[in-house]
Amino acid sequence: MDTPLQRTPLYEAHVKAGARMVPFGGWEMPVQYAGIIEEHRAVRNAVGLFDVSHMGEFELTGPHALDALQRLTTNDVAALAVGQVQYSLLCYPRGTIVDDLTVYRLADDRFMLTVNAANIDKDWAHVNQYTGQGQGARWKNVSADTGLIAVQGPRAEALVCRLAAEDVAKIGYYRFARGVVAGIDALISRTGYTGEDGFELYAQAVATARLWAALLEAGRDDGAQPIGLGARDTLRLEMKYALYGNDIDDTTNALEAGLGWVVKPAKGEFIGREALEKVRREGVRRRLVGIEMVDKAVARHGYPVLKDGRRVGVVTSGSYGPSVDRYIAMAYVETALAAMGTALAVEVRGQAKAARVVRTPFHPPRVKKG
Amino acid sequence: MAHVPKELRYTRDHEWAKREDDRVRVGITAYAAEQLGDVVFVELPKVGATATAKKPFGVVESVKAVSDLFAPVSGEIVEVNTGVPNAPETVNADPYGRGWMLVIAPSHKAEWAQLLTAEQYEEFLAQGAH
Repeated sequence: MDTPLQRTPLYEAHVKAGARMVPFGGWEMPVQYAGIIEEHRAVRNAVGLFDVSHMGEFELTGPHALDALQRLTTNDVAALAVGQVQYSLLCYPRGTIVDDLTVYRLADDRFMLTVNAANIDKDWAHVNQYTGQGQGARWKNVSADTGLIAVQGPRAEALVCRLAAEDVAKIGYYRFARGVVAGIDALISRTGYTGEDGFELYAQAVATARLWAALLEAGRDDGAQPIGLGARDTLRLEMKYALYGNDIDDTTNALEAGLGWVVKPAKGEFIGREALEKVRREGVRRRLVGIEMVDKAVARHGYPVLKDGRRVGVVTSGSYGPSVDRYIAMAYVETALAAMGTALAVEVRGQAKAARVVRTPFHPPRVKKG
Repeated sequence: MAHVPKELRYTRDHEWAKREDDRVRVGITAYAAEQLGDVVFVELPKVGATATAKKPFGVVESVKAVSDLFAPVSGEIVEVNTGVPNAPETVNADPYGRGWMLVIAPSHKAEWAQLLTAEQYEEFLAQGAH
């Protein structure tokens, strides 16, 4: 609790820009600059810049790197070509989630894993415990040396194209390329956490502030602005993207969280496989669903979900969704009540407020196709 | 620093109170609105309900936070701004004007004198508002 908060290479830039700084997962991060709703709209309508340098990066190299990742992660890493990115999970043997992450295949025998900031130490311990160093696969925690800026929104491609030495428009969704942006070496990844088209630019920590300034400057006419964690949260909520610590954690299994699409038991043995196969056979007891409030009320993390007065689940994330102009939430509910249109209630300050299960994502994604 | 109109009185919970003849109009201060960020939900009582000084009369929620609204004075609630729950952003746009919340017919006249003056509220903010 008294551990000093860590700062990203962009800390000074945030303070100078008048950001409101808050503690987040052990880091001192900007929650908002101009205001959460304005920032949310800037990303949906133009382009926004996010400092996500707090996220962790591990590299794994060696002839057995692929085998180690196949054993550690739930998705099929063998299906990943060099230049591709894969969303995946680290699970415990009981099938619950250590972290969600993206896996980059840098070369045949070389990978990068991007993990949640609050989980860096836990994940590092986990990967070392289960695969160890040596054995033909060497781990390196490069989190502190790596800065990360997300450029997201319909004008993200034009902005990054203007600054990049290569044609970044040809990079497909969940693919990446090495390149030079504003004179800075970067790994240019067509990924994000907003539902909009865009990139995540990995750079050396020492060069990240220069990259940030160059993007803001070059994007001025596009309406580019810095975006805090507040809007990052409302943007991802409208997509029903899970946030570790809110919607998924070490008590939730991958299947009930709706992440069965990244669990590939056919690839062979991996940590959690047996437990998840059992869950798959027996069926999940609850499901993570999207909920829309029918009564006016904001459902928030931890609020009970009710059916005819009986507690049937719990809200994991909830807010006003600026692009859908409704109060929306994600919640675990009993499987029998997870069907689209099911009438439920959320207990808000002791009162049952009407809600219903709706189709997700709440807002249509506009990520690059193909 | 956030705007603190001289003619109003204040609570340590960041509500303002404005005397209008024998009634008191109530809202939240510009400082409170700034601290909350974008207000997305406001819940107010019905006309005819009773307000008790220093007790919650409603709730204001921003994207990130939930806050109780505290009554500056006790009495019957004689007017409620129904515009605010329908357009919560009004609280950020005009906290001392269109963002008002309710009007109380005070039942304990002595409570007014216990509210902070603008100078006292400014000092309270300057000290960190805890």
